[in-house]
Amino acid sequence: MTTTVEPEPQERLQAAFDATIARHDRIEPRDWMPEAYRRTLVRQIAQHAHSEIIGMQPEGNWISRAPSLRRKAILLAKVQDEAGHGLYLYSACETLGVSRAELTDLLLTGRQKYSSIFNYPTLSYADVGTIGWLVDGAAICNQVPLCRTSYGPYGRAMIRICKEESFHQRQGYELLMTMMRGTDAQRAMVQESVDRFWWPSLMMFGPPDERSPNSGQSMAWGIKRNSNDELRQRFVDMSVPQAEALGVTLPDPELRWNEERGHYDFGEPDWEEFAAVISGNGPCNAQRLAHRRAAHEDGAWVREAASAFAARSTEEEVR
Amino acid sequence: MTNGDRREWPLYEVFVRGKRGLNHVHVGSLHAPDDAMALRHARDVYTRRNEGVSIWVVRADAITASSPDEKDPLFAPNGDKVYRHPTFYEIPENVPHM
Repeated sequence: MTTTVEPEPQERLQAAFDATIARHDRIEPRDWMPEAYRRTLVRQIAQHAHSEIIGMQPEGNWISRAPSLRRKAILLAKVQDEAGHGLYLYSACETLGVSRAELTDLLLTGRQKYSSIFNYPTLSYADVGTIGWLVDGAAICNQVPLCRTSYGPYGRAMIRICKEESFHQRQGYELLMTMMRGTDAQRAMVQESVDRFWWPSLMMFGPPDERSPNSGQSMAWGIKRNSNDELRQRFVDMSVPQAEALGVTLPDPELRWNEERGHYDFGEPDWEEFAAVISGNGPCNAQRLAHRRAAHEDGAWVREAASAFAARSTEEEVR
Repeated sequence: MTNGDRREWPLYEVFVRGKRGLNHVHVGSLHAPDDAMALRHARDVYTRRNEGVSIWVVRADAITASSPDEKDPLFAPNGDKVYRHPTFYEIPENVPHM
């Protein structure tokens, strides 16, 4: 006599999930997924959303002081895009069963982080261009592979974001090119800005692979498609010719072409600085969160008024 | 934070018609206090670059969805009806325009 043992439902669910991942197919919100996969995604998407929202501040700083109406309109559009990107990502995150209020709370109370780059100040107008060129350039390197991430809503949000990031990077580079055609003082301002943002941009890819403990699992799940070091290398290789065309130098004495590898060699970012900024001790951490909290509190009356208006309209309909 | 602030606005799903002649396609979701605000927010969030000529918003709790668990019984009936596809029929190669 043979008895066939029905596999546990949990095992069957896990097997179906694994098969979907193995086929490079997408997981969708109502599918069963392992709790750890869900938690990892919530953390990653939320931190990505928070980065977009906090990311409005460094550039928003220059809207009122933009040198022309044209530049002001561009900068406004760009900062508005960052808000939009945050909203796409919060929506994607909510499909995993967390509420918007919870996510907002996690940011405002500092329990979830955002990209370290936004804790650096924007000291000159050239920083608007440098952020577009280097910071958004690094973001594009990170984000293009995420369009193929295994979680459907996250991938779809990334596709929309990547389309818009291209405008961000090009407006930044064009701004810097314009300044480089200007006076010596303007060229010096661009170089000084690039000197400040180069290393923090390299840190945007996260710690080196051997010190990035969660990367392996994220890659196995198809959430991440490339390692931190791979993407960092790709960014350096892209940026060097762009810097040459612009006429600026990158502040790394070890930067040189390696014929054998077919890539640029480059120096090691200051990982102690990275750790300090991540853990709250960067130049602007306190200021960024304080500003975000104030904006949230100052906007409370608008949300309340909209809710009251909606409630009254419903009452009138009932009557 | 006040109580009113903690009460979440309802979730809306947003559908955009990219241009005349195309279907409305789901593009994402957003929170809004009412239908009119949902439409305004949808314009700002999802159509900043001529992505659409028409927007639908619908409260997410008004959507009835097939669940993945019901996948087999719900979609099984068309699995064994291969004759519904044109490739089921063999036509000699010398017959044109078929």
